[in-house]
Amino acid sequence: MENNILSLIIFAPLAGAAINWFIGRRVRDERFIGIVACGSVAISAVVAFYLAFMSGGALRTTTPVLDHIWTWLQVGNFRADFALGMDRLSGTYALFITFVGFLIHVFAVGYMHGEAGFYRFFACLNLFMFSMLTLVLADNFVLMFVGWEGVGLCSYLLIGYYFDKKEAGDAAKKAFITNRIGDWGFVLGIMLTFFVTGSVSFFANPAAGEAAHTALSFFRNQPVETFTAGAIFAGGATSIAVLLFIGAAGKSAQIPLYVWLPDAMAGPTPVSALIHAATMVTAGVYMIVRCSEIFVHAPTAMLIVAIIGAATALFAATIGLAQNDIKKVLAYSTISQLGYMFLACGVGAFIPAIFHVITHAFFKALLFLGSGSVIHGMHHEQDMRRMGGLKKYMPITFATMVTGWLAISGVPIFAGFFSKDEILWRTWSAPAFSLPSPGFSKFLWAIGALTAFLTAVYMTRMMVMTFWGKERFRDAHDSKHQEPDHHHGSVEPHESPWLMTVPLIVLAVLSTVGGFIGIPYALSSRDINVIEHTLEPVVATAGASPVAHAAVVPEGEHDAAAVTEAAHATHSSEELNAERTLAGVSVLIALLGIGAGWYMFQKRPLLQMPRLLENKYYVDEAYDAALIHPIEAGSREGLWKIIDMGVIDGLLHSIGEVVQEMGRLARYMQAGFVRGYAAIILVGALILIGVFAYLGFPGV
Amino acid sequence: MEPQLSWYLALSAILFTIGVTGVIIKRNVIAMFMCIELMLNAVNLTFVAFASFFQDVTGQLFVFIVMTVAAAEAAVGLGIIIAIFRNRESLDVDEASILKL
Repeated sequence: MENNILSLIIFAPLAGAAINWFIGRRVRDERFIGIVACGSVAISAVVAFYLAFMSGGALRTTTPVLDHIWTWLQVGNFRADFALGMDRLSGTYALFITFVGFLIHVFAVGYMHGEAGFYRFFACLNLFMFSMLTLVLADNFVLMFVGWEGVGLCSYLLIGYYFDKKEAGDAAKKAFITNRIGDWGFVLGIMLTFFVTGSVSFFANPAAGEAAHTALSFFRNQPVETFTAGAIFAGGATSIAVLLFIGAAGKSAQIPLYVWLPDAMAGPTPVSALIHAATMVTAGVYMIVRCSEIFVHAPTAMLIVAIIGAATALFAATIGLAQNDIKKVLAYSTISQLGYMFLACGVGAFIPAIFHVITHAFFKALLFLGSGSVIHGMHHEQDMRRMGGLKKYMPITFATMVTGWLAISGVPIFAGFFSKDEILWRTWSAPAFSLPSPGFSKFLWAIGALTAFLTAVYMTRMMVMTFWGKERFRDAHDSKHQEPDHHHGSVEPHESPWLMTVPLIVLAVLSTVGGFIGIPYALSSRDINVIEHTLEPVVATAGASPVAHAAVVPEGEHDAAAVTEAAHATHSSEELNAERTLAGVSVLIALLGIGAGWYMFQKRPLLQMPRLLENKYYVDEAYDAALIHPIEAGSREGLWKIIDMGVIDGLLHSIGEVVQEMGRLARYMQAGFVRGYAAIILVGALILIGVFAYLGFPGV
Repeated sequence: MEPQLSWYLALSAILFTIGVTGVIIKRNVIAMFMCIELMLNAVNLTFVAFASFFQDVTGQLFVFIVMTVAAAEAAVGLGIIIAIFRNRESLDVDEASILKL
């Protein structure tokens, strides 16, 4: 179905960015800039909700809402349009991006108050919304890549917002360059997709006269590739899936490309909340779920995704235990939660992955904004060792962050419990088709459960260090008193203005009730898993044989009732019991984690954590030694001193010397005597005549 | 005996050689100048001889062009010679070897 107001979702923030950049910089009125920025995102959100929930909207039918804006590239049978498509998956994404984005914009108006680059910040933030929504709503891989690069650019601009600080500039460059490695894989994946399928589109659009199949539907009737390491290099679905995953690992901060995300905390806190927690870093998950049709045909790639996801989840959680910067804790927590999402994708649980993306967007945005509120109230202090006892001073921030804390720890009722529990259960009961042995799913589950425990521990540590215990900020201030350039006025922490607390409250409510969209059948015995039913038609099922799959999904047309019945049929009583038991186990894990964290840190909030963890396993140092220093040394000694100075400069210098030498010889002919010149002309003419006389005139 | 084409060509070659030799061995600018004119006219003679031999008027047309160019060249050349003489009080080309007046 064509609906042209779909393009308003992406172009409203673009217009906001343009207005703020060109007019806002002259007006320099914070109210004007704030209204433009928030208003443009609000327009996006309203349009997104309208298109999703109107009659015949994207979330109410299985036909996507399409908007063909213009034909962008057409070469031979390669065709990439500037066209948007909102189906159930991209619609879900667009909803939470615009909504959470709007709340963060409002928060940022309060947080960035008084900054010199106010207009620049909001122009970039709006540009980010444009890019992110382009990424999500793109109708083909190539336009998705445009959005993909756009969010990378905005991430770079916003991490480096405080560009006069070297730390921020370095972090921005690190994020950009690390993402380039991932983009390399993504571009190759797109090329290979076109090479294999002859199309880069996601949605069939007969009106525009495209190929009979899309890049994704091509795979629907293909056989599942063999489950061998060799399939990675075979140039089929597995190769595409692995290359796409490299792109996802860069954008979504997975091992080994995660190093940029903790450093990205050098940007303002609303940026961390919007880009580096709620939306951009989940783009990799979106891309994999969008390409689930490819991934379910590539068991090897699925296994790689699952292992990398599980490893990242555990690895980042252990680092998160030992960080002292409140934003660094949340950054490692984000990496860890993203690992969860990839673990879910890897075991074929695409819908729980998306579910976790949404709940994570709520509670992690809440936690980041809460930390921003703390930082704001503490006069730009980020070190938790200089906090403590803040719950008395910042009651609203405290109360909202408690809900975020309970949600991420996986306490029941709160949003994180349902999504995390769903992922753990689906990992436990993963279909065997992408696993080396049946027991491997239990191993992955154990890693997930251990991560859940550690998550509860480090989040409790963060809350305890920040909000409970002795008030340490005064000591810190006294010791810092000698610093001449310290802010004047009261050191007392203060609660943030309503512009900041209202988004916190809204997000706290969502973190509490947001999980109710995905209550599993096992816990309610009723069929109220909204997210599952919404996304089921657009996500491929792992392990289904192509024939059976084709039977359930005749030509992409879904019979909702049939799907639901099929889902019911899978609910055997043993499975339900197992799922309920596991849910109980994960509640236990969450409570144990919180208890352990409370026990360890309540009395000793400044407990020294293992140095290895505090120094992040020395991964940055290892990368420096293994990659960056060799490249630097190679550039300096090889490229600069040998190639540039030796070969290139040497070539130019020797050309110059040859010309000089020839000139020196030719100078003898220029004695200045006219008769000499005449003699030279004569000799030349005689030689010429001699040559012609000897060889004969050509053509005669 | 009718004059043959080769006679004209021989005469022209002799005149041309005299001109070349003059340009190379003479030091006086005026004399060199005259030798150049001699070479031009030797070539003119060849043109006319061939035009007559081939019964083709093009050669004669070419002579007019050469004479025109020679006249222009004479005007410029004499001007330069006068300038040199005014500056140096001499017409010896070997003294005018420093690329400026």
